[in-house]
Amino acid sequence: MKYRPIMGLEVHVELKTKSKMFCGCSADYFGQKQNTHTCPVCLGLPGALPVANQKAIDWCVMIGQALNCKIANFSKFDRKNYFYPDLAKGYQISQYDQPFCQKGFMMLSNGKKLGITRVHMEEDTGKLTHRGDSSLIDFNRSGVPLVEIVTEPEFENAKEVVEYLKRLQQIVRYLDVSKADMEEGNMRLEPNISLRKEGEVGLPKYKVEVKNINSFRFVEKAIEFEIKRQAEILDKGELPVQETRGWNETKNKTVSQRVKEEANDYRYFPEPDIPPVILSDSKIAELKSQMPETPSAKFDRFKKEFNLADYDVEILTREKLMADYFEESVKIGNKHKINPKQIANHLINRNIDINSVLPAKLIELILSSTQTAQIDEKKLDGIINDVLKENQKAVLDYKSGKVNVIMFLVGQTLRIAKQKLDTKIIKEKFEKKLK
Amino acid sequence: MKNLNQLTVSEAKARLKAKDFTSVELATACISQIKKYKQELNAFITIIEKEALEQSAKADKLIADGHDLPLLGIPLALKDLFSTKGIKTTAASNVLKNYIPEYDATTVKKLKDAGAIILGKTNLDAWAHGSSGENSDFGPTRNPWNTKYVPGGSSSGSAVSVASDMCLAATGTDTGGSIRLPACFNNVVGLKPTYGRVSRYGIIAMASSLDSVGHFTKTVGDSALLFNVTAGQDIMDGTTLPEPVFDFTRSLEKGIKGLKIGIPKEFVTKDIDREVKVAFEKSVKIFEELGAKIFEVSLPYTEYGIAAYYIIQPSEVSSNLARYDGIRYGADRGSFGDEAKRRIMLGTFTLSSGYYDAYYKKAMQVRTLIKKDFDDAFENIDALISPVCPTLPWKLGEKINDPLKMYLSDALTVTANIAGIPSLSVPAGFSSNKLPIGIQIMGKQLSEELLFQIGSAFEKQTNYYKEKPLLR
Repeated sequence: MKYRPIMGLEVHVELKTKSKMFCGCSADYFGQKQNTHTCPVCLGLPGALPVANQKAIDWCVMIGQALNCKIANFSKFDRKNYFYPDLAKGYQISQYDQPFCQKGFMMLSNGKKLGITRVHMEEDTGKLTHRGDSSLIDFNRSGVPLVEIVTEPEFENAKEVVEYLKRLQQIVRYLDVSKADMEEGNMRLEPNISLRKEGEVGLPKYKVEVKNINSFRFVEKAIEFEIKRQAEILDKGELPVQETRGWNETKNKTVSQRVKEEANDYRYFPEPDIPPVILSDSKIAELKSQMPETPSAKFDRFKKEFNLADYDVEILTREKLMADYFEESVKIGNKHKINPKQIANHLINRNIDINSVLPAKLIELILSSTQTAQIDEKKLDGIINDVLKENQKAVLDYKSGKVNVIMFLVGQTLRIAKQKLDTKIIKEKFEKKLK
Repeated sequence: MKNLNQLTVSEAKARLKAKDFTSVELATACISQIKKYKQELNAFITIIEKEALEQSAKADKLIADGHDLPLLGIPLALKDLFSTKGIKTTAASNVLKNYIPEYDATTVKKLKDAGAIILGKTNLDAWAHGSSGENSDFGPTRNPWNTKYVPGGSSSGSAVSVASDMCLAATGTDTGGSIRLPACFNNVVGLKPTYGRVSRYGIIAMASSLDSVGHFTKTVGDSALLFNVTAGQDIMDGTTLPEPVFDFTRSLEKGIKGLKIGIPKEFVTKDIDREVKVAFEKSVKIFEELGAKIFEVSLPYTEYGIAAYYIIQPSEVSSNLARYDGIRYGADRGSFGDEAKRRIMLGTFTLSSGYYDAYYKKAMQVRTLIKKDFDDAFENIDALISPVCPTLPWKLGEKINDPLKMYLSDALTVTANIAGIPSLSVPAGFSSNKLPIGIQIMGKQLSEELLFQIGSAFEKQTNYYKEKPLLR
């Protein structure tokens, strides 16, 4: 039987604001001593009240705008009530029916317009560590700002999912609002996966949520494993169980974690401690104007402005640091009649370390590699003849098909000439002579 | 000649400044009164004698050095819902019986910074759930006017401590009447400010969208003095209002000639106790004599007040009490008393999926209508007056097994919380068996200054506050 996967994605991105979402504690908790970044608010002590972090709200709106969402003029926070030992207040402050951003999309390289359902703001929980019989709680992470990005169930294969995730990661890094590092846990994803028979319409009667995926490599593996597992169940005429499964990277498979008998009732209601958030059109426009160019806009501009191939532009715009470096180099290159294509080639082919080579230095390198000394034709021919004579073995190798050996001969020529010469010309001369 | 503990804040302030006596002497007088009636009235959960006397001594030094702070050397009591750094804060619940906060509530900090001396933490209905003071896990507080009767709740200990001269003023919280009702039952002045005018930071939450932080005093003038200290925006409470504060005592002497005062007809119905009604009608006459113009007004949605309140409030309670999950505060959820359990269950139900629209959402719509009722009324009149409670104080145990009857004692007070408007409860006489009766003066948002003006004129005319309970 042929099946078509139906997948949606929930991604949580931890913002790198200085302070937490609802208090003044430092949000930079990674690797810090347990329970040192805490206060009455993020510990949920009696009487403590949350005050929303404006920067985090601004950044959430920027992520939404980068994902082409509509930004709400009126939104609010809600309480999501549930019990868990890492949840200090017994509820998580989140957004329910009026999130900051809704109805966006992302264009994938196969031309698909992938729907973004919503982008909302919430707070992270504390962290549990289990040791033997006891469990320890670290509240350093409690209250760190989290942005949740939810897609429509429109992914049809793991490749689309991975592309989406890479682009999303690229966007938040471009905006400079999150480290978005999956291993560190500041970008977490939960795919919902189910299968539909080819030709059927509507959503399947079940879905499986997969957690604990902490690298791009595992996303693909986990999804492919799930698709195969579910197909086998469906082939037997059964329906896969609606459940949460976890990716086990040592066993290379997903394992059942929790079977949801029915939907959790979180008893959402408007957070009375935080007044509604009003975002005027001018504020929304102002945030948009503060946003750096998105990766896709940069991609299009580089292609047009610098007349480069997709392949080159993709590499150059993958990270904002590289893109900025390239543009700076182009500026300097202009003065020396070095064109963007030459710079792109040099950057990509020679694997330049942009952290240690300044753009001006890069242009110098390109200049010195392209400036070739003039040499008397006869003198050059003489050297070439000498090289051929002294390297009979290489000549034989060439003639027996090892054409790469020609570069060795070119090298010998340069060595004897003791000058920087145009290797292209020398190579051509050898080719003619060895024909 | 009054004992020192019988003084008002403004009297004590003047005489401390004149060096008639010291803050240590004043605090000592209060503490001995607290101890004397500790068993009989059960107004305090924690007495902070040593620290209080140390602070008084410091205040005396400051006074000697010529310092002047709004409440310098004035002994106060705090409802045991206000977080006090290093001092047990129990909410009168076994769940928190050993909880010591690591921080001061903003209001506590402001009072301390103003020079006030904290004598102790007063008894209350656990978590502020109740109208009689009987829901305390530390035993009921008793009414000093007759110890067989309830003192009203939930800020029962604070009202009783002021009425029985254990302190000069005390703090409280009012979510549905928890300041005004005990003020009324004890013949003291109780202020429930505009929602958001006083910071809630550090005060154990009951129902966050309704909780209002106020105080009990012997006179209206004292109420304004304390409000001068507590009012104002707090960066730690996002719901506090940005409007600037000023001297709230400035209109105390203005009188009320020409003011338009409304009587909401839905507040004075046949359900009101006869003696309460008589006292209220007498009060109306006094306002007229003072030159106010009296109008009858209608607030048609009043009758839905209690219903809406008992959906919104338990919903928020159920969420606010979730953090006491048995992991961090020692006691498990079985340690909650019956009333807290009742409200947790009610609130969990009304917020459940499938019921949210029928209950919480509908209650919030009623809330909007009740607000509009008040807005419309305040278009034409300056303030509203009504009885505080439909009944006189009742006997201990009388309503404890009938929660619904208990809830109805808040019928006249909850709508001010639902609308977020301020209300001042002032003494208005006594029943035939010498139990206090009070009236409340309600105004539009941020109209506390006007309420003090009206209350002060009424108080000067009536002098009910001068009558004291006859304690053994």
